[in-house]
Amino acid sequence: MNRRLHRLFPTLLAHGALAVGAVLALLPLWWMLAASLMPAGEANHYPPRLWPSTVTFEHYSALFTRLDLGRYLFNSALLASAVTVIALFINSMAGYAFAKFRFRHRDRLFRSLLAAMVIPAQVAMLPLFLLLKQFGLINTYWGVIIPGMASIFGIFLIRQYLLAIPDSLLDAARMDGAGEFRIYWSLILPLCRPILVTLAIFTFLGAWNDFMWPLIVLTDSAKHTLPVALANLLGEHVQDTELMMAGSVLTVLPVMLLFVALQKYYIAGILLGGIKG
Amino acid sequence: MTGRERRAALSAGIFLAPALVLIAVFFFLPVLAALLLSFTDFDLYALGDLNRLRFVGFANYLQLLQSPLFWTALGNTFYFVLAGGPLSVAISLGAALLVNARLTRFSGFFRAAFFLPVVTTLVAVAVVWRYLYHPRHGLLNYGLSLLGIDPIDWLGDPDWAMPAIILMAVWKNFGFNMIIFIAGLQNIPPQLYEAARIDGANAWRRFRHITLPLLGPTFLFVALMTMIGYFQVFAEPYVMTQGGPANRTLSVVLLMYEEGFRWWNMGYASAAAFVLFALILAGTVLQLRLRGRESP
Repeated sequence: MNRRLHRLFPTLLAHGALAVGAVLALLPLWWMLAASLMPAGEANHYPPRLWPSTVTFEHYSALFTRLDLGRYLFNSALLASAVTVIALFINSMAGYAFAKFRFRHRDRLFRSLLAAMVIPAQVAMLPLFLLLKQFGLINTYWGVIIPGMASIFGIFLIRQYLLAIPDSLLDAARMDGAGEFRIYWSLILPLCRPILVTLAIFTFLGAWNDFMWPLIVLTDSAKHTLPVALANLLGEHVQDTELMMAGSVLTVLPVMLLFVALQKYYIAGILLGGIKG
Repeated sequence: MTGRERRAALSAGIFLAPALVLIAVFFFLPVLAALLLSFTDFDLYALGDLNRLRFVGFANYLQLLQSPLFWTALGNTFYFVLAGGPLSVAISLGAALLVNARLTRFSGFFRAAFFLPVVTTLVAVAVVWRYLYHPRHGLLNYGLSLLGIDPIDWLGDPDWAMPAIILMAVWKNFGFNMIIFIAGLQNIPPQLYEAARIDGANAWRRFRHITLPLLGPTFLFVALMTMIGYFQVFAEPYVMTQGGPANRTLSVVLLMYEEGFRWWNMGYASAAAFVLFALILAGTVLQLRLRGRESP
């Protein structure tokens, strides 16, 4: 009894802190959603409301009819999907080679790639812009897709995962006379399924949420992605709080749903990167 | 080399080629080019006609060092890294300890709640926080008024703008580090805590002498990743303050973006980018050294 009482207070305190933390973490997102459904002007009420007096979808429909948000949604979905599909192939091939082939300087090459991760992407951006300009890729979807197609982190994830898979499996397939590409395609890729899902989420979220590079490359507003369009929308519609919140919800919701559906894989990826890295 | 080894090397080359070529052409080459660019006067005229390009030695770097605006951006970036980084790591660790505690119920829910901001789009939540920070009808000032605190002009007051951006950034990313800390905590053998408890060590001593030392590698990883990421702060000030008020939230990357892609002073902007890179590298080496000395 005494022991339980002794524990009760810290337990209550810990749960109190957790509950406060959860409210603080979720409140901005909740307010975004609530405000997006409020009639015009209500989000600027004081004291602030956390619940719409009447639910209206007028801001969402205004976004799609007047402000062409469907276009940006399409651009974002297209770019993020394209980067994801291509990155899965390219990174899984390289990760496979680093994990399962012996060749000279393999480990040194891999270590140099990892070390290069301290170079901030922004350092490459100015010459990359000039390079893509030479290729005529500025203001094209490819200009956004190409730099995202191979990622050191992606290669790393696949390699770590494949290191845990015994070589005997591959040797057996080789004995059966399977070619290297066949082994990759019909043995490695299926084996890698969980880590490929992880890599897919990381890549998709990264591409969807990316701001700086699309902002630089996509000069024509018809090609803008959602985050770029949203930042521009803020310039003209800063007074329309509810409209801006509806735009924010539309930008955030797809990736949030993706995360909620595939949470397990996403967390696994962080851990693989975090513990071994 | 036997025939089999040669074949293996050849296949490895084929599997590696797409990724390595892409990384070489679209990352390493531009990084090298940026270094060269930083020694030239590449500007709008050179963009039109490469013959106008001149080699200027360290002129861009000297110009940076003499520019008060660059020093402001540097100071702001350090403010963001040195105040935001430790704050983010500390909150992540606190959240991880609470979520992972033996007696905590609903830990799955709390973990997901703390993690949700991580997956959101930075630009979208920066927009949201702009409204939360509204001095008159923002939710944050309302919450503070309930505690008897006077309204703060978060994004309009030069002294509050950077803390406001830090607060938003910490909210957005502490969940990521929390996940890594939770994994680190779960790797600590529970027997150690049992033994310490039997020896009569209280919670603080158990934390100080078991949790913290054994969390060392995790700590280093989290601290490094946070520092590298925070040095690159861009979208938060771009969306929330445009670097204002009075340039108090202008970051190095925002300055680089403005100089490079708005005014096309690409040589000068490349020099700024390289200074940032040098700082990140120095910070990384410093942390590795400090950590290396600490552990036996």
